[in-house]
Formats: sequence, structure tokens, C-alpha cells
Amino acid sequence: MGSVGAMEPFDPPGEPWVRVSPRLATVRRIGLLAFGVPAAALATAGMAFVALWAAVVVAVLGVGLLGWSWAVVGRTVRSWGYAERAEDLLVTSGVLRRQLVVVPYGRMQFVDVSAGPLDRRFGLATVQLHTAAAATDAAIPGLGPDEAARLRDRLAARGEASAAGI
Amino acid sequence: MQEGFRRLHPLTPVLRGWKFFAAAVALAVQQSFSDLGLGYVLLVIAASIPVGIAYGYVSWRTTHFRIGPEDLRLETGVLFKRSRRVRLDRLQAVDVVRPLVARALGLAELRLEVAGGSSSEAPLAYLSERAAHQLRAELLARAAGIEHDEESAPEAPERVLLTVPLSRLIEAQVRSSLFIGAVVVIAVIAVGSLLSGEFAPLGLAIPFALVVVPGLFQGIAGQFDFTVAESPDGLRLRRGLLETRAQTVPPGRVQAVRLVEPWLWRSRGWCRIEADVAGYVGEGQAQASVLLPVGPRADALRVLALVMPDADLSTINLAGVPPGARWLDPFQWRCLGAGMDDRIFVARRGRLRRETDIFPHEKLQSVRLSQGVLQRRLGLATLHLDTTPGPVLVSAAHRDEQEARHMLDAAVELARRARATVRPDRWMRPPAPPAAPTEAP
Repeated sequence: MGSVGAMEPFDPPGEPWVRVSPRLATVRRIGLLAFGVPAAALATAGMAFVALWAAVVVAVLGVGLLGWSWAVVGRTVRSWGYAERAEDLLVTSGVLRRQLVVVPYGRMQFVDVSAGPLDRRFGLATVQLHTAAAATDAAIPGLGPDEAARLRDRLAARGEASAAGI
Repeated sequence: MQEGFRRLHPLTPVLRGWKFFAAAVALAVQQSFSDLGLGYVLLVIAASIPVGIAYGYVSWRTTHFRIGPEDLRLETGVLFKRSRRVRLDRLQAVDVVRPLVARALGLAELRLEVAGGSSSEAPLAYLSERAAHQLRAELLARAAGIEHDEESAPEAPERVLLTVPLSRLIEAQVRSSLFIGAVVVIAVIAVGSLLSGEFAPLGLAIPFALVVVPGLFQGIAGQFDFTVAESPDGLRLRRGLLETRAQTVPPGRVQAVRLVEPWLWRSRGWCRIEADVAGYVGEGQAQASVLLPVGPRADALRVLALVMPDADLSTINLAGVPPGARWLDPFQWRCLGAGMDDRIFVARRGRLRRETDIFPHEKLQSVRLSQGVLQRRLGLATLHLDTTPGPVLVSAAHRDEQEARHMLDAAVELARRARATVRPDRWMRPPAPPAAPTEAP
């Protein structure tokens, strides 16, 4: 395939990735505490009625899973990145399973900006792009509300300028 | 009724009411096994007839449609009114479907397929056969961008490209894994009962046959007398024994194509063609996506040349994957291949059932590169080319990661160039000058 340079497969195209806000890690950790810890505690308590050793196994597994999730949150958040090019948007993500998505502006059907209660408290929003293909998976979490709105409007404007049928 | 609106065929309530009646009978029969008496059941069936007819009549009275220069307007609904406008330049396919009962009455259903939605979004059921064909010609002429003064548009001429003989359809079913599996199971049951001298196990074969036989019959009846024809309005397909279906897929509406070669067909050199067409989604639409149920490779290439005139499979060199892929796909890694030229992307997979995806660059919606933990260890990555929903999912698994990234960049660039020279939605109009931005609706 043409000239094969020494390029990492998930490298940005030219300019560096625009990274998302580190506050996203805080939001995700709070979510982990709010849902993961009670879930693990409930599972352990439930197992205690069955057998003590089963409760211990579940507790150890739960703590291990929570600790690992906690540790990996920072890396996951740092792995998100996007780049706006003249004709398309690139989004990269993932630590264990890495992904790179390229969406041409002309293929965009609509753009969503969404924010949950916790996201709003921390001033974060998610921008998601939709095309005529259901498989297109291009969401950018952890954007500031202004940046999210700006990105949405710019994507919509660029999409309109280069719109094509399907 | 407003000016210019038309109604469906007056027999529509009878056909609709018939379904209502059948549902009532089914419900009553089911209930009759419980404690209710026969008289009650008959009463329910008798009562359903006037209710069904009344509902069907009101529904028919409130449904009307009008074809404008740019759109189809469809007004429906008894209690909840709905007015729908379908843009004709976005038409993906027009199908004339004739279920068995409708055929007996000389009626047909016209389906306009557009992208999006979960089923056929503008079904005109039912029209007389003549009206259905007339309307199809008119819709296609307007969608193509041909101006005409009279009320009636002439039917576009067509040239039959090929037909699938019944003997081949039957042989294809005999060579299916379903049939072979069924024969093996029945043989085992028969031999078992002969050896043991007991005939009770033969009873097992009956429910089994009740499952397999309709499947095999549907495979033949659904594709009976399959005909591929070519016309200025695009691809024409006709099929069906009991319920017949005549499809028209205008030029440039096929998003992606897959050639499927099951291993039991290999000795005959046969293959099947499936396609993604944006309108063919939802229940009962899977059959519509089959562009050729079974045929020799030469036939398949002729159909392919019709839907993708620029595609030339013979000049594309399919590159294999690195040996590291054997850890992830030990049985089939040698069969994985992918390649592209400036018009199409091609991916191949499968040892027993060989699949070849053909994807024109201009139809690209998005591209994804993904890499799992094991793939990362082995320096591999999977490339996905996203298309509109349908049976064809285009991907090239376990490529060398560097090569996959180069393929991704190349696919994006080629798609950008291909989109600039794409044919217009209105296929009979000369293409707009390249300087103009988008065609105003």
C-alpha cells in the first residue's frame, strides 16, 4: 500500500490529537463509587447468605475489579482524542481495545450534544456524530459545554457545505 | 378529499378485512380449547365480519395520495391522522408486491423504499395491477428527473439479462446445509428404528419435517422464476411463486455487494449475490436484498456489472494477512484477503463459505480501525468500512497494523475523490456542474 513509513497505526494525522478534559476522569470515578461500590457490596452481602467463602471470593473479585477500573480510568480518559481536518473528523479512543474512526463531514446526518446531571455539574458534554450507517461509532465525551457547542455548530456547517446523498 | 389526491383500490377494505377476519378466527380457535362454548366462538367470528369491513371502509376513505413533481404525499389514519411527504429524488427502490390473495383479485401493493425508518415507509396497498405499474412508471420518471406533460409516463423499456431455471433453484436447495442436515437426521432416525425394531422414533421425523420442508419450499417459492432485467431506471428484479415481487432499483442505489459461495455449491461454481440497498431494511425485506439467488460466476459478474459498472474484480490484487493472524483465526486466516483500486474496495473471507465484499468508495459512510489486546501483541488491526444497514458488513480482519492504517487513509482519500464525481440522485438529468454546491431540494 504505497510507501510504508514508520507510523504507529493510531497516530494522529499530522497535527496532534485534541485531548478531552481531565475532569472526565473525576466524573467517571464518582460514577464508579456511586454504582460500582454499592453493587459489589450488595453482591457480597447476597453471597454471605449462601456461604461465607463465596462472599469472600466475591468481595475479593469486586475489590479487584473496582481497583483495576479505578486505575485504568485515567488512561482511558487520556486515550480519547479528536482531530478536525478539512474534509473529515477523526476520533480515537480505548486502552485495551483501541479504535480510530474517520467520518467525512459530507456523510453526517445529525450531531448530538448530550450531558448527564453529573457531567453538567463538572461542566462536561458529549458530542456524537451520526451517519446513515448504524455502525458509525463517533462520540467524543468530556468536552467543555462551549467547546461542545462550537464543535457541533462547526460540524453541522461543514456537513451542510459538503453534503451528499447516501 | 383535496384536489389531485387519489384513493387506493375500492377492494382494499375486503383484503384488509380478510386479515382481520383471519385473526379473529385464529383467536377464536385458540380460545375454543379453553372453557368457552362453540356458540360463543361462532358469535365472535360473526361479529368480527361487520367490524372488520367497517374499519376497512373508514380506513380506505381516509387514505389518499398525490404525486407532485418533487414528492409523494400520503394521508392516512382514522383516529390519528398522518400526512407524509416522501422526496422522490431520495427514492431508493420501488417494489410491486402481490401477495397470493391480492393476485386472485387482480391487486398489487406498491412500496416506495427510502433510506431510514425500520420498514417500508410508504406502502400503497392496494392498487389495481394496471394502476400499480402505471404509478411505478410515473414515480420513476419523476424521480429520474424526466419532465412530461401528460398524466401517464411511458414504462421504461427493459432488456432481460438472465433468468434462474427452476432446476437450478431446486439443486441449490438440495446442496444446502439445511437439506443435507435434514437427510442425515432422518436417515439416523430410520436406521435406528429399523435396527431396534421399534417404529416409535419415526414419529420424531414428522415434527422435524414440518420445520425443514417449509424452509426448503420457501427457498424455492420465494425465488421462483427469478429474472434480472436492465432498464434505464436501473436494475429490475422479478421473483416469486405464490407471492410475487417486482423490484426496481435505480442506478447508484446499491451501497455494497457480497458474493457468497457456499462450499456445497463450489463444485458447480455457483454463487449468490446479496446487496445493501438503503430502503431494504426491516421485517420481510431480507429476501429483497438478494440480487441473484444462485447462478454461475459469469452470471454473477453480469449482475455486478449492472449495479456497479465501474467495478472490475479481475484487476484487483487481494493481499493476504501476516502469519500472526493464525493465532486469532487458525482455520481461516489463509483465506482472508483485501485490496482496492480507485473505484472499489474488495475483502474476502471464509474457507467453507467464501464471501467476497465489493464496496464502491463513493458509498463510504465512515471508516473504523480497531485493535484488541491480542491483535496489538501480534501487530494486527481490523478495518471496517461502514455502509447503510443491510446484510453486507464490509470489514478486513487481522491486517498488518501499518498496512491497515494506510488502507484507512487511502479509503478516506479515494472516497473523497469518488464523491466529487458521483452520479446525480436524479439519474436521467445531466450531472450538475462541479462548481455548484448541492442541488437544492
